[in-house]
Amino acid sequence: MNITATPALPLGDDALILSHRLGEWAGHAPVLEEEVALANIALDLLGQARVLLSLAGDEDELAYLREERQFRNLQLVEQPNGDFAHTIARQLYFSTYQELLFDHLAATESELAPLAGKAVKEVAYHRDHAHQWTLRLGDGTDESHTRMQRALDSLWQFTGELFEPVEGLETVPWSALHDDWTTRITTTLEQATLTVPEGPRHGAWRAGAGRQGLHTESFGRLLAEMQHLHRSHPGATW
Amino acid sequence: MTTPRPAETGATAAAPTDWPLWEVFVRSRRGLSHTHAGSLHAPDAEMALRNARDLYTRRSEGISIWVVPSAQVTASSPDEKDAFFEPAGDKPYRHPTFYEIPDGVHHL
Repeated sequence: MNITATPALPLGDDALILSHRLGEWAGHAPVLEEEVALANIALDLLGQARVLLSLAGDEDELAYLREERQFRNLQLVEQPNGDFAHTIARQLYFSTYQELLFDHLAATESELAPLAGKAVKEVAYHRDHAHQWTLRLGDGTDESHTRMQRALDSLWQFTGELFEPVEGLETVPWSALHDDWTTRITTTLEQATLTVPEGPRHGAWRAGAGRQGLHTESFGRLLAEMQHLHRSHPGATW
Repeated sequence: MTTPRPAETGATAAAPTDWPLWEVFVRSRRGLSHTHAGSLHAPDAEMALRNARDLYTRRSEGISIWVVPSAQVTASSPDEKDAFFEPAGDKPYRHPTFYEIPDGVHHL
């Protein structure tokens, strides 16, 4: 497999894997309207993944024929959907990050600038969607508040990795990105009567683990499901 | 959308949510007026707008969406249709139909 060394690969993997996770909601979302919204976001991300992975090689080969250790996505995006609050917390953390990153990339000379400029509008919507739901769940019933806080707390350990420098994106001011991200998340959570989690920003793996091909337990099962058909019928066209 | 209207089922439905129904009006980018596009369920106006965007506009740019709680719409009753709409219909003198139009006038 011919893989070009480009930051498009880790960013494409983020979009691909989160898109797959959101796709798992199809037919299971709390209400039909939310079903459509989650599918919309999944489709946006899949579109981004296709453009990004195409910059790194053959998109189908990259999606379906790489082993777990060759994926460069953040551990955050591979986390299971959990309950609706977990999905929203994951989306809030990631979309806020992605919006800030793409905003920056859109203004650079990088080969990613055109993609980032186009995608940032989609991502702003994803972030708004997660923001709105965080407000409603956080400031909703006691039960929804508890669940939302639990989701935010349990995913917090995967947020440190977001700000580890990505190879090939040396111009990105990662620590400024971190500060902006923290400000935005704090504002949303306070508005939602929720508390910004404390505690370590990294899981059992060291920082930057997903970017280096080290993934969490559920990721293998995700790949097995995603790649099954392609691996069973290698070389087929569809 | 997932919740049948109580009025239709005649019962308080065992619905997954008790989100109210909203009516959606959309004005397309080059459209002159808002047109009723359909309805949806949402917990509040903000979410209704967002859901309407997903369901009825596919996020085309430059359009306008109105959402109105269905409960706020007062409709004319089908039973009163005759009384409401017909009196004018059978009185032709209420309509400007008896004028002869001069040959030179085209856009009338």
